[in-house]
Amino acid sequence: MKTVWVTLRTSIILFLICCVFYQLAVTGVAQALMSKQADGSLIYNSNNQVVGSELIGQSFTEPQYFQGRISSIDYNANGSGSPNFAPSNPELLKRLQESVGTWQKQNPDVPVSSLPVDLITNSGSGLDPDISPESAKAQIPRISSLTGVSADQLQALVQQNTSSRQLGIFGEPAVNVLKLNLALQKELSAS
Amino acid sequence: MSIFSYIGIAVTFIIALIIARPTGHYIAHAFDNTPNRLDRWFHPIEKWIYKFGGIKGENQTWKQYAGAVLISNTVILLIAYAIFRLQHVLPLNPAGITNMSPDLAFNTAISFMTNTNLQHYSGESGLSLFSQMTAIIFMMFVSPATGIAVAIAFIRGITGKPLGNFFTDLVRAITRILLPLTFIMALVFVGLGMPQTLHTVVTAQTLQGTEQQIGVGPIGSFLAIKELGNNGGGYFGANSAHPFENPGGFSNMLQMLMMLLVPMSLPFTYGKMVGNSKQGRVLFVSMVMMFVVMLSVSLASEYQGNPLINQLGIQHNAGSMEGKEVRLGEAQSSFYSVVTTASETGAVNNMHDTLTPLGGLIALGNMMLNTVFGGSGVGLLNILMYAIIAVFLSGLMVGRTPEFLGRKIEGKEMKLIAVTLLIQPLLVLAPTAIALMTQADTISNPGYHGLTQALYEFTSSAANNGSGFEGLGDNTPFWNIMTGVVMFISRYFSMVTLLAVAGSLMAKKPVPETSGTLRTDQALFGGMFIISVILVGALTFFPVVVLGPIAEMLTL
Repeated sequence: MKTVWVTLRTSIILFLICCVFYQLAVTGVAQALMSKQADGSLIYNSNNQVVGSELIGQSFTEPQYFQGRISSIDYNANGSGSPNFAPSNPELLKRLQESVGTWQKQNPDVPVSSLPVDLITNSGSGLDPDISPESAKAQIPRISSLTGVSADQLQALVQQNTSSRQLGIFGEPAVNVLKLNLALQKELSAS
Repeated sequence: MSIFSYIGIAVTFIIALIIARPTGHYIAHAFDNTPNRLDRWFHPIEKWIYKFGGIKGENQTWKQYAGAVLISNTVILLIAYAIFRLQHVLPLNPAGITNMSPDLAFNTAISFMTNTNLQHYSGESGLSLFSQMTAIIFMMFVSPATGIAVAIAFIRGITGKPLGNFFTDLVRAITRILLPLTFIMALVFVGLGMPQTLHTVVTAQTLQGTEQQIGVGPIGSFLAIKELGNNGGGYFGANSAHPFENPGGFSNMLQMLMMLLVPMSLPFTYGKMVGNSKQGRVLFVSMVMMFVVMLSVSLASEYQGNPLINQLGIQHNAGSMEGKEVRLGEAQSSFYSVVTTASETGAVNNMHDTLTPLGGLIALGNMMLNTVFGGSGVGLLNILMYAIIAVFLSGLMVGRTPEFLGRKIEGKEMKLIAVTLLIQPLLVLAPTAIALMTQADTISNPGYHGLTQALYEFTSSAANNGSGFEGLGDNTPFWNIMTGVVMFISRYFSMVTLLAVAGSLMAKKPVPETSGTLRTDQALFGGMFIISVILVGALTFFPVVVLGPIAEMLTL
């Protein structure tokens, strides 16, 4: 019984330190010094409306946009975590073949052999904001023909929105699809 | 796949190796019961905690120490259960999250109290902000602190010192190890892109003209203790694959360092505390060797990718990307999977269900052995248990009474260890068999992989790891209750039996070392240790592993 009493009393004081003080202090400092990140790296349009987060992928189904990865949760950013298929699951092969078929229809000028694997595989979070630089480049012919923006200009946009490995060795080069499409939209409205 | 990804892995691992020794010595200082210079910094705060908590700090017998562990953890577990059951009416619930069902609350409370963090709910829809910020965070501090405390008490016991006081050790683990570092790392994580806000949802107007609800929250502070405490439970359902929980390659690397920090340091703590740093170094080097072998197999397998995908004729040089994130890449995701299962953390930055069969096998193997480094504190307990087994086996071979640290290992200790050793396969294999017979409809993949899904779930529970093959439909009463029971027994049974071993060794008179004594601080003993781990640990699970991942690999 004495141990229960000590546990309860110790829990209260540790709760005040670990839960109340720790989290509120971190939140306070973070909001004061790094409010952009602390709020979720949000992107605003000219009307000061939130159009998304730099870190969170969006669903791009229309072919004139650069498309992101497959998401089994359809980019529901308040319900992450995606049921994925095991390597041996026959459903996986079926889904992949369908994706390849859709790709061929939408991109008749690009051979399947230059379709990168990340474009037809499901991401871990269902919210992957990025595609590989190869995946962005593979979409350039389609987008160029649909929007009239030259391939060279698109190439430059892709380059601008590509982030390299952090410190040169951590992670992989990635193209942020939302930022790339925002840049594309700006290009279109300017011309 | 570029050479840079592998350089990143090597650099991360080398940093982990370098910081382990000084951290281990720091931990030894932190728990030194004689007055030392750390007291000057921490005592002013701890003094108030002891006073308010009514902690006298008297030395406890092994029974009192074990009792304090069980009672304190159970009390906190019950409070957490109540919070989960009542979260709908408690404050800070802007999204109107409903109460957890009894079986899910049972599972979740045990899961976080036992340092497992198996999650049968999804953070976005299953927990209110209040539950996340109170029950979950609180247990994320207390459970690793409990593990560290027990490991320290065990070391004290086997070297003949008094075990100490559980509550004092618990407080010190938090004030001297967990809290200072999590505070700094939380801010670093926010700087790297993790949200840290008390809002829960932001609504965005997407480019295609639809609305997107983006979940946010106090994620930086959550992630710091999730990784450092080897907890591994995600704020969001997708865990560290979620861009908010792992914004890029650098945060990914820091998370791995944090997961490895305490488990890799504790062998050095042990060496320092027994007064012979070679003792710790032998065990450390043996484990590093096992880790490197497993890492290599996993990296090679994931690099090869899935032959079924590669046959499609697409450009597949990025490796096995199903279930992985582009910014993290295939190589460093595989590395993360090995680190998270080796350190029994259970955070995932890719979906383990989609790992290639060999990659999945390595993750399973790490959890089955539970010694290549193992979780906060409990990893070291397992390591020392295997070390005693190695001493015992060697003793049998040469026909001498085995001794460990100058104390005779006799029937009583070996009986306790044998029971501890046998309970783990029992807790994994028996429930797996029951699940395969009765719960086939919750297993989402056909064939051999389906068996692996059930096996993985119970292995993860028994190792207090908490990662999962997420295809499993596991929020049902069967899975919630069965894994809850497995997690609870597995965590506390070995703590109690090993504290009993410590209590028994403590009381023994040291025997002087002679030329015939097996030296436990030399390479030969490291070899014996590895053989014991493989013979005793791995072979138990070999048959079931053949039926699951190995069969899947051969048929792919």
